[in-house]
Amino acid sequence: MIEFFIGSLLNGISFGLLLFMLSSGLTLIFGMMGVLNFAHASFYMVGAYVAYQFSAFAGFYPALIISVSIVGFLGAMVERFGLRHVHKHGHMAELLFTFGLAYLTVEMVKMVWGKLPVDYRIPHTLDFTLFNIFGTTVHAYKAFMMLITIIMLISLYMLIKSTRVGIIIQAALSNPVMVGELGHNVPLIFMSIFAIGCAMAGLAGGISGNLFSTEPGMADRLGLIVFVVVIVGGLGSITGALVASILIGIIMNFAAAINYSLADLISFLGIASSKKGILAIKISQTAEVLPFLLMVLILILRPKGLMGTRET
Amino acid sequence: MRSSIITRYKIWIISALIISIWPLFLSDLALSLLSQMGIAVIFALSYNILLGQCGLLSFGHAVFFGLGAYFTIHALRLINIGQLTIPTPLLPLVGAFAGLILGITVGLIGTRRPGATFALITLGINELVHSSALMFIDFFGSETGISAKREGWLGITFGSQLEVYYLIVIWTFICIILIYAFTGTPLGRISNAVRDNPERTGFIGYSPVMVRALIMMVSGFFAGLAGGLYAINWELVTYENVGIMQSAFVLFMVFIGGAGYFFGPIIGAVIVTFITLYLSAFTGAWMLYLGLFFMVMVLFAPSGIAGILMLHKPVWQRKLLRRIILSYIVALFSCFVITLSGIGLIEIIFHWSSTGYTNSVMTVYGIKFDAKGFLPWAITFAGIILGGYFFKKSLSNVKKNWSLVSIELQSKCHDDSSN
Repeated sequence: MIEFFIGSLLNGISFGLLLFMLSSGLTLIFGMMGVLNFAHASFYMVGAYVAYQFSAFAGFYPALIISVSIVGFLGAMVERFGLRHVHKHGHMAELLFTFGLAYLTVEMVKMVWGKLPVDYRIPHTLDFTLFNIFGTTVHAYKAFMMLITIIMLISLYMLIKSTRVGIIIQAALSNPVMVGELGHNVPLIFMSIFAIGCAMAGLAGGISGNLFSTEPGMADRLGLIVFVVVIVGGLGSITGALVASILIGIIMNFAAAINYSLADLISFLGIASSKKGILAIKISQTAEVLPFLLMVLILILRPKGLMGTRET
Repeated sequence: MRSSIITRYKIWIISALIISIWPLFLSDLALSLLSQMGIAVIFALSYNILLGQCGLLSFGHAVFFGLGAYFTIHALRLINIGQLTIPTPLLPLVGAFAGLILGITVGLIGTRRPGATFALITLGINELVHSSALMFIDFFGSETGISAKREGWLGITFGSQLEVYYLIVIWTFICIILIYAFTGTPLGRISNAVRDNPERTGFIGYSPVMVRALIMMVSGFFAGLAGGLYAINWELVTYENVGIMQSAFVLFMVFIGGAGYFFGPIIGAVIVTFITLYLSAFTGAWMLYLGLFFMVMVLFAPSGIAGILMLHKPVWQRKLLRRIILSYIVALFSCFVITLSGIGLIEIIFHWSSTGYTNSVMTVYGIKFDAKGFLPWAITFAGIILGGYFFKKSLSNVKKNWSLVSIELQSKCHDDSSN
């Protein structure tokens, strides 16, 4: 029992941290520019594919750095030559642009790398069991992943909270016009924030693409969960995004590990029942749906989201 | 009086005559295409009730369409085994009412705020339905979907594509008229007000949330009806029909056609259906082309094809079109060069990657070459860059001519009003 609990908890937290790497970037971009980037998870996917492509001849770690820089650069280009241009047509056009971009990225990835998963592997140097905890083995690569995520997030926090650039970013978050009046280059700040958010998504892709699977469907699958995280946490709230990421990560991993159905529960209580229809659905089968169910519940019960300040 | 009615509804009558007589001379394949266009037109118009009329950008419209189709196919199954009697022509109404009920449910949950939040919620609901489709196998069927057989009615067997076509086209016509009439109703008008300024609409006593929920209901009704027709047309519904791709396609239709005009979605539905059916026979990269088409429209023509047409209507009426047509031809020619080279480039990559980068010899545009060589890439890239350069040059010319024409247009308008 404790083995199952610890195992699911660890998996849940590591998945939750990964979700937070995406949702924090998304929230930052949304809070600052008011743009909900539907293509955010596409940068995650591109990060995974680029890291795969370079890891074949440059090795895993250099490939990771190359991939993060490329994705960050792509993000900057998308902001500079796409979003900024579309911005004058209003928010609707921005949403449509990022949605179209997400669609196009999937198609382009399919065109270049094919529809099947690519062979992106965990590096040999990290392919061993790190330690055992109550009978649960912790793989070295997972520990590495968690470490990278935490370092990344702490440095982002430090950047925003205690550097001069961070103060300007915070100011631009709440009042971009005033920051512009003070002589700062607001478009450049916007572009950098967009690039940083995208680079983080790219890093998340690079370090998790080999653990899960690198295939054209990965952006849609994770992207949708990230959107749920953002709604559940409260649109625009980074703390909310953190809580919701970990919560959803844990819920999904626990659900995926429970192999019982409602019918099992009823028969456990001593009532005979037929194993058909809704009763026969195992909880592990619902793991993919649970985030969306949670989202609908949150919308009905608490439309602000967990930590949000405004109603969604 | 009589003649004035005829002139007023000239376009409607002519198009009704064309779509009812022309199909008699068409093959089954063309009829199938037209049937699908009819369904797409209803679907796109229902989407535009949300997007164009109420300003709600939904990424989950396939839910209404797909569930409408599922309810209809289940009704049809019940009819097949004799537990239910509904005349086949009225069967789409089953889907329509399913869409209506679903619309009001989604509307009450998700319409507190428009914009990004609404877009996210609809996307989430779409995914909720799509991923539960594989859980509730009894209702959604497994990967093969649910199938049933059309029943005859009053001697019409609905066995041939022609009879199905007439059923669809009659429903399409009814829906176009109903949706057009709906834009003029008080609810239709107040939804425009909610789109433009929800706060003020609240001040004059209409709850924006309620108006949006009602609009969702109406839109869900027509989307469900389109789904019902889909189920009748194909006699098969799979879980792909509630998928996000379906939602993306309807958005593409409406946006490419032009969300700001009533006839925009009709144009878009016809074009996108044509692309999905015909382009997919020629190239495996058709979805990429569709996406690129959409992106070009988002970036350069956000009012859609209908918007471009309406922009030129006064120019056409005042016979000033020939002043700008020459600069258009030059610009279009460079566009054509870009498109041709772009398609060449995509096809080269696509052909090469589809063999797993093993066989680099291919035939594009009827020319056989090796993709490992330098020349094919150089030609396509040069085409794109040169085309882009000349397009930019010609664009300034177009702008110059356009501003001259619009000045003249204004002075003519002024003359007309002073006379």
